[in-house]
Amino acid sequence: MKMEHVDGKNEGKVVLFALSTCGWCSKTKELLKELGIAFDFVYVDLLPTEEMDDAIGLIEKWNPAGSFPTLIVDDRKAVIGFREEEIRGAFSK
Amino acid sequence: MNAGDISQDDVERKYQVLDREAGEGGYHLGPDNEFTKKLVRGLLINEGRYGYPACPCRFSRGIKAEDLDIICPCDYRDPDLDQYGACYCALYVSDAILSNKQSLSPVPERRPPRCERNSRKTIHTTQTGSLSYPVWRCRVCGYLCARDEAPLVCPVCKAKKDRFERFM
Repeated sequence: MKMEHVDGKNEGKVVLFALSTCGWCSKTKELLKELGIAFDFVYVDLLPTEEMDDAIGLIEKWNPAGSFPTLIVDDRKAVIGFREEEIRGAFSK
Repeated sequence: MNAGDISQDDVERKYQVLDREAGEGGYHLGPDNEFTKKLVRGLLINEGRYGYPACPCRFSRGIKAEDLDIICPCDYRDPDLDQYGACYCALYVSDAILSNKQSLSPVPERRPPRCERNSRKTIHTTQTGSLSYPVWRCRVCGYLCARDEAPLVCPVCKAKKDRFERFM
C-alpha cells in the first residue's frame, strides 16, 4: 500500500489513515504538519479496490469501528478521530 | 463527475440547497463556512463516484445496499445532534452549537462495526388488520405517514424514498 510521506521530526512510525473527503481527516493532517512531525498518510478511498480491504483490516486492529481518521503512533497507540489534545499529548515529551 | 470537475460554483449551489432544506426542516448547517463547504464538496465527489451522496467522513465501497444508513443525511444524524450537538461530520449542528452555548467536540462513530452491520435490525411492525393504510417511517428523522407507498422525498428531512421503512 503506497503511503505519502510528510517530512518532519522523527517521533517513530506515525501513520494516518484518512479519507480524501473527510473534514476531520484534513484537520488531523494539518495538526500533524503544524506540530512538525514526520508521518505517512494514505487516503483509503483513493486506493485501488484490492488494497482497500488491507487498509481497513489494519485500521480495525486498532479501531474496531473502522472509522476515520485513525492515527497510529509508533505501533503503540491509536488516536481515533480529530482529538486535538490527545494528538498533541502523544507527541509532547 | 470526477473530483477535479467539481467547481467552486457547484459547491456553492449545493451548499445553498442544503442550507435552505436544513432551515425548512428545522436543522442547521455548521457555522464554519469553509469547513462546511469542504464537506459539501465531499458529498458531490461521492455522488459522482458512487451515484449517491455517501457520508464524506465514512468509508464506502460504493455499494448502495451496504450504505443506505450513511447516505447523507445519515440515520445517525438526529441521535448525534441530540447527544453531541453535531452529526458525525459536523455538517449539521444543533441550536446550542450555533449560538455558542455548547462547544463542538468529536462525535464518536455511532454506526455499528462492519461485523455487526449485516444483522441490521428491522423494526418490528405491529400487524393490525384494521389500518386502512400502511404507515411508513423515515429512518432519518422519524417522520410517519399513512399512505399506500412511502413518499418519494421526506417532507421534513428530504431523505429519499429508499430510506423509509414499513412501521405499521
